[in-house]
Amino acid sequence: MAYEGVPGLVATKDAHGETTLVVDPARLLEACLHLRDEEGFNFLSDISPADYLGWGEKGVAGYIGTAGGRDLNAPGSQGFATRPEPKPKRFSVSYHLLAVADRPRRVRVQVWLDDGEPVPSVVSVWPTADWHEREAWDMMGIPVEGHPNLRRILMEDDWEGHPLRKDYPIGGEPVRFSGEE
Amino acid sequence: MAVVERRAPIYAGSRIPQPVPTVLKPDPAEVPLDDLMTINFGPNHPSTHGVLRLVVDLNGEKVVGINAIIGYLHTGFEKNMEAKTWWKAITYPERIDYLSFQANELVFVLAIEKLLEIEVPRKATWMRMCLAELNRIHSHLVWLGTGGLELGAISMFWYAFRERDLVLDLFEMVTGVRMHTRYFQAGGLAEDIPRGFYDGARAFCERMPKAVDEYEAILSRNTIWLERTQGIGLLSTEDAIALGQSGPMLRASGVNWDLRRNEPYLFYDQVDFDVPVYGGGDVYDRYRVHMDEMRESVRIVEQCLERLEGMTGEPWIADDRKVVLPPREELHTSMESLIHHFKIVTEGYRVPEGEVYVTIESPRGESGCYLVSDGGPKPWRVKFRAPSFAALEATATCMRDAAVADMIAIAASLDPVMGDVDR
Repeated sequence: MAYEGVPGLVATKDAHGETTLVVDPARLLEACLHLRDEEGFNFLSDISPADYLGWGEKGVAGYIGTAGGRDLNAPGSQGFATRPEPKPKRFSVSYHLLAVADRPRRVRVQVWLDDGEPVPSVVSVWPTADWHEREAWDMMGIPVEGHPNLRRILMEDDWEGHPLRKDYPIGGEPVRFSGEE
Repeated sequence: MAVVERRAPIYAGSRIPQPVPTVLKPDPAEVPLDDLMTINFGPNHPSTHGVLRLVVDLNGEKVVGINAIIGYLHTGFEKNMEAKTWWKAITYPERIDYLSFQANELVFVLAIEKLLEIEVPRKATWMRMCLAELNRIHSHLVWLGTGGLELGAISMFWYAFRERDLVLDLFEMVTGVRMHTRYFQAGGLAEDIPRGFYDGARAFCERMPKAVDEYEAILSRNTIWLERTQGIGLLSTEDAIALGQSGPMLRASGVNWDLRRNEPYLFYDQVDFDVPVYGGGDVYDRYRVHMDEMRESVRIVEQCLERLEGMTGEPWIADDRKVVLPPREELHTSMESLIHHFKIVTEGYRVPEGEVYVTIESPRGESGCYLVSDGGPKPWRVKFRAPSFAALEATATCMRDAAVADMIAIAASLDPVMGDVDR
């Protein structure tokens, strides 16, 4: 196994030709420094947070079906026999790394977080993380600890809520000057 | 040739501001803060290529502090895509980066196909490459036209848009629309390649290199252009990598890196093309990279056309009835086809559970798509890595100590498309 030495490594997954390293969030900074300095991942391509609230349940986007398979008495249910694999916590944050070198490699570093659980900032490792982490805070409400300038980036400064969370409805923004004020 | 070659550094050390890499604060030791004037550019300034806002601290003509503020074009594409079925969501990525629509469409479709593990017919892959390269020419032409316009080269705009119109004519011939074509489907192409496209594209390929010669005749030895672009907006090799720069930005800073060659996707490993690299790290070298890339794209399009011309009659989309709509004529005779058609149109196809991250070399650099599927007919999560978003992170580094007028040239050279930045 190639990434055994990564500090705080919890699990390694290989799927679709991509390697995912699940890392303990408390040791994320150490792991990132190791990957940059020892493994040559000098380029942070993207930080992608995802919200798994309601994963595999009815009523959320992509609802699949009952746990036992097709339910003939409920015409809305679908014929899939299994629910998707449960996730350890509500949020995942994936760091997509790339080694800009003669032999390019990619790896995904992933941490799992509950609502409100902070993740350490990696701006000191890759300066490009600055805006990506601000976006993760703005859109998903991931508190980034140690970020030098953690403010909203796409929404207004006084915006309430984090639009890409699953409990934030589409069209949920308040309408100003609607005549009812 | 090594990816990062040892050569004379563009400047010594790092110029990335501390502690915030994207915000340059005036240094009280160098300039008395009372002498500064804070000016707000944008968000509706005509020279910022869309709704970019720059808050600039000026010491006379010199930029000593800068903060780029974005978000004015945020439209919630990623959120909306979660509520659409996979095949309806294909229309969204095109509108994110409205100049390289086919590149964005391509990266999303490639990501779906990676989850589906579906095999795409070779004709579709060659055609995707052909259109992606035409799209690169289109995007670079808009960059050249508007970039020239910022520095007063108004005629450049008309010449660039003259050829851009020819590219759009080709898109219209193939897909029926000039922009936001929605021509790529999971599994292949939406329609067969129309008659007349090869001739039209060949005529364009013949004309385009001469047109690039014309542009260079206007600009490359123009004293004003050289004075305004050479040595302006410097970005060193190390800073470019640290700031996540990609595409022409990276190649103008001396990094010999192109995903089409270094991590080949589609059939880029089967075509012959060169990757232009310059080591100046300034606006002028970004201009040279863009010009050379247009020539190389023409070469790739020609090679695609050669292959495609021998594939008449071959399928343009995979024959997988769970994902791909059945041929129209079968609907009148086959119950099975009718059911498949109905299911795909109403409910959409299902994509197996999993997460993938796919990257391609878009005209602006590394364009990525992170997808999470729960096995249902709608995406659970879609996230795009926008190359323009990363490019704008370099504003504070590139514009340090620049004159106000040069700031405009530098902003143009970063090639930001605000739709791509804000999504």
